[in-house]
Amino acid sequence: MTAAAISARNLRKVYPGSPDVVALADASIDIQDNEFFTLLGPSGCGKTTLLRMIAGFEHPTSGTLTMHGEDLTNLPPYKRPVNTVFQSYALFPHLTVAQNIGFGLEMLGKPKDEIKETVGEMMELVKMSQMADRQTGQISGGQQQRVALARALAPRPKVLLLDEPLSALDFKLRKDMQLELKRLQTETGITFIFVTHDQEEALTMSDRIAVMSAGTIRQIGGPRDIYDRPAERFVADFIGDTNFVPAQIAANTGNDAQVTLSSGKTVTAKMPEGTALTGKVTLAVRPEHASIGAEAAGLLPGRLSEIVYFGTDTHFHVALDDGTGFVVRSQNRPNETLAFSTGDRISVDFAPGVGQVLRD
Amino acid sequence: MAKRFQIQQMPGFRTIAVVTFVLLYMPIFLLVIYSFNAGTSIAIWEGFSWRWYVSAWDNQQVQEATIRSLVIAFWASAISTTLAVLAALATTRTRKFKGQAAVFAMINQPLMVPEIVTAVALLIFFAMIKVATGYTGLMYLVIAHTAFCIPFAYLPIRARLIGMDLALEQAAADLYAPPFRVFTRITLPQLWPGILAGAMLAFVISLDDVVITEFVKSAGQDTLPTYMLGQLRRVVTPEVNAISTVLLGISVTMVVAFTALSKLKT
Repeated sequence: MTAAAISARNLRKVYPGSPDVVALADASIDIQDNEFFTLLGPSGCGKTTLLRMIAGFEHPTSGTLTMHGEDLTNLPPYKRPVNTVFQSYALFPHLTVAQNIGFGLEMLGKPKDEIKETVGEMMELVKMSQMADRQTGQISGGQQQRVALARALAPRPKVLLLDEPLSALDFKLRKDMQLELKRLQTETGITFIFVTHDQEEALTMSDRIAVMSAGTIRQIGGPRDIYDRPAERFVADFIGDTNFVPAQIAANTGNDAQVTLSSGKTVTAKMPEGTALTGKVTLAVRPEHASIGAEAAGLLPGRLSEIVYFGTDTHFHVALDDGTGFVVRSQNRPNETLAFSTGDRISVDFAPGVGQVLRD
Repeated sequence: MAKRFQIQQMPGFRTIAVVTFVLLYMPIFLLVIYSFNAGTSIAIWEGFSWRWYVSAWDNQQVQEATIRSLVIAFWASAISTTLAVLAALATTRTRKFKGQAAVFAMINQPLMVPEIVTAVALLIFFAMIKVATGYTGLMYLVIAHTAFCIPFAYLPIRARLIGMDLALEQAAADLYAPPFRVFTRITLPQLWPGILAGAMLAFVISLDDVVITEFVKSAGQDTLPTYMLGQLRRVVTPEVNAISTVLLGISVTMVVAFTALSKLKT
């Protein structure tokens, strides 16, 4: 295997103060060529710091950063084959759309006709060909976004960094741009590193996601891994809705475990990688992975406390007998009559292997 | 809800405002009127004439003083603006350093220190240099003017730099522009309204200076304002009015241009 496109080893960033602020705490990560890689987390989790370190705007307090095996750590931004799409776009207001897009190529000393050709291609790629001579102040937010993208892609960087580029767009435009970004990444074959706090954006676009919190990387995996197999409570809670079910490990068989629930029933659950947990644990169960049924049939008995209709699906809020709450989400079908109504004694059920044991 | 305090509604507001404006502008208005006086008095109107403009234009001393003033103002504003750009960059585009506030205060020192103190200090300092080198040229005035022009050039440039989006310079660096090209291609093109505004302000301030010039100048180095002051000690003719009117015209033009430039959006 060739060296990773971007490889971070124990990257640490501390802003001195009283007390010191640890923006990034020994983060290690490998990002492969042609990947659409997302750094996901709440604000202040260190994702932007990590991105700015890759761009060269921030210097790590310790740790190393390599690109295809070459050390980047002390290279200034203008010597890194990495381009950034800024959150504010940062288009040059005194230059036209075409001049903005050609800026990187011009700085690289490319010949004039090559710049012209590439700028033309880029404007076509982002569907901005009609706007070449406009000033950047005369185009809409969505168009500015496209120009910022084209400008960063034009020098054909090895890695493209995107710092929450969709956050300033309205809902509809954001949806379109999500697909557009994915298309651009596939077409250009450039590694994209995308920073966002929006879990949906992360799930729909990414090949892999790194979930971050408090300066550390909590879990790295594909969207399905992250969603179906959260390794810890923070990840399960941050991405999607989750039911946390107290359980006791009865038998550990490596990847799987037999866990005993509060009702005394036992079910097979997945174990997080590389852990040997025993005793009391917490199980994460997604609302749409569970179902409700007759009181004696399921795993966790309780009372149906509320039914909320959402159009595409219905949420059943259940007050379990062990005192905790549980939400079951079920997709609606035409001409459906609900088998239960509020106040009924029922039970919650989920199949073996659905529950995920959390590390903490 | 309590009514908002509105000064316009206070009794006597209108009167005070009118009196203030009259006091401010009446003398200037009269000065301009009497510059067109046909007679030799600066107080008795004897009909319209361009006489004093022609007289001032033909006066060799006025010519020399004017050229001297313009030369000094040109160099003082050029040098002070260059230094002000460097100072503004150093106080806005570098990591915060120890004593930054003190540096800021020192750059703006000429605004705070009474002019007469600077004037006396420069007189003594330059006298020492004159004795040591024997040089008595215009350089002393250029240096003195440069010194007190710096804060006037510095403030608009600094304001512009602070208002500029730092992400633009980062974006340029990200797109392979080394630091100096970031400056020439991104920072400077957006900074130029600030630079021009600063330079103009410095130019007008230099053109107008009396106190420091009076102390620093050697014999035969009258600028327009010191020449006029000298004239007033002897015979006062409307020639002084004519020169003042021209200076006023230049200042008003500059101020209008300055305002326009500072409003200019990039």
